Amino acid sequence: MRRHHDMGGLDAGPVEQNEHDYAPWEKRVDAILRLLSAPGRRMITVDELRRGIEELGPGAYDEMSYYERWIASVTNNLVEKGTLTVEELGRKMAEVEARWDADRAAHKNSQEERAQ
Amino acid sequence: MSENGNDQQDGGHSHGHAHDHSHRHPFQPDLEDGGYSYYQVMTEAVAELLLEKAVITSEELRKTVESIDSKSPAFGARMVARAWVDPDFKARMLDDVIAAADELGIDAGGIPIKAIENTDRVHNVIVCTLCSCYPRLLIGLPPDWYKARAYRSRVVREPRAVLEEFGTSIPDDMEVRVHDSTADLRYMVLPARPKGTEALDEEALAALVTRDCMIGTAVPKSN
Repeated sequence: MRRHHDMGGLDAGPVEQNEHDYAPWEKRVDAILRLLSAPGRRMITVDELRRGIEELGPGAYDEMSYYERWIASVTNNLVEKGTLTVEELGRKMAEVEARWDADRAAHKNSQEERAQ
Repeated sequence: MSENGNDQQDGGHSHGHAHDHSHRHPFQPDLEDGGYSYYQVMTEAVAELLLEKAVITSEELRKTVESIDSKSPAFGARMVARAWVDPDFKARMLDDVIAAADELGIDAGGIPIKAIENTDRVHNVIVCTLCSCYPRLLIGLPPDWYKARAYRSRVVREPRAVLEEFGTSIPDDMEVRVHDSTADLRYMVLPARPKGTEALDEEALAALVTRDCMIGTAVPKSN
């Protein structure tokens, strides 16, 4: 049976020729994968990346953006290999979110002060 | 990043929260924009954990992003223009793209790339139906449509119709070959030199070679 990523030859709509400049976080995902897969490190192979992406399942595969799929796969691979734990990841994500929220609030305040 | 100061820091500045924002954290989402996504947070968290664990260094991360930014279709275009003016180079390029790139001081990476030549009888186009394999070191990061369902599904089955959507009409008597890339072998199209370009030098020729010409969804046009 054909899996969802194996789409060559299927029907689909017109090619939407939109493209966007990659955001810094997207390039960062790309850079992380390149570093982890580089000779000398080889902590994750392209095949492992793909397996992780294909395992996201049909819904996620189509709903997530390209680099969202990549970071989800990279992260799952790193957890599987024991490089990161789920707990560390959860703690760090909460920390990042709190920091960004604080930065945003501080930015908003300084803008309001300037406006007065 | 943690505030205990024992981890590698991006750009060398600490994230104690008393610091002023005269410089912005380089990977922070724009403060002005509408928010950040779960996966952006995940990306930052994974990067910071890898730095803290000294799996990678901030210097490597910065240099790798710079390297990604530095790759553009200009590299591939230079090779194409050289191939147009130098038949011996063309022969070497068709034989071994990576070695030919190296002659021009271009790093094409380690994964084999095959150049496929357009002629008056054959037009070539590339795709990766299973994922997104692409000769990125020679032509930069792929456009969104190259990675999207419509292109990947249809170009292997109705390439002429897809090429028409890109404004590229292939005459009925010209063969169209579609090359499906894999993680172990990528392709780039060596387009045909357009007529009326005899007077142009190599640099002017390279300017005619766009990214899409090397994907095969377009052909170079003499201005």
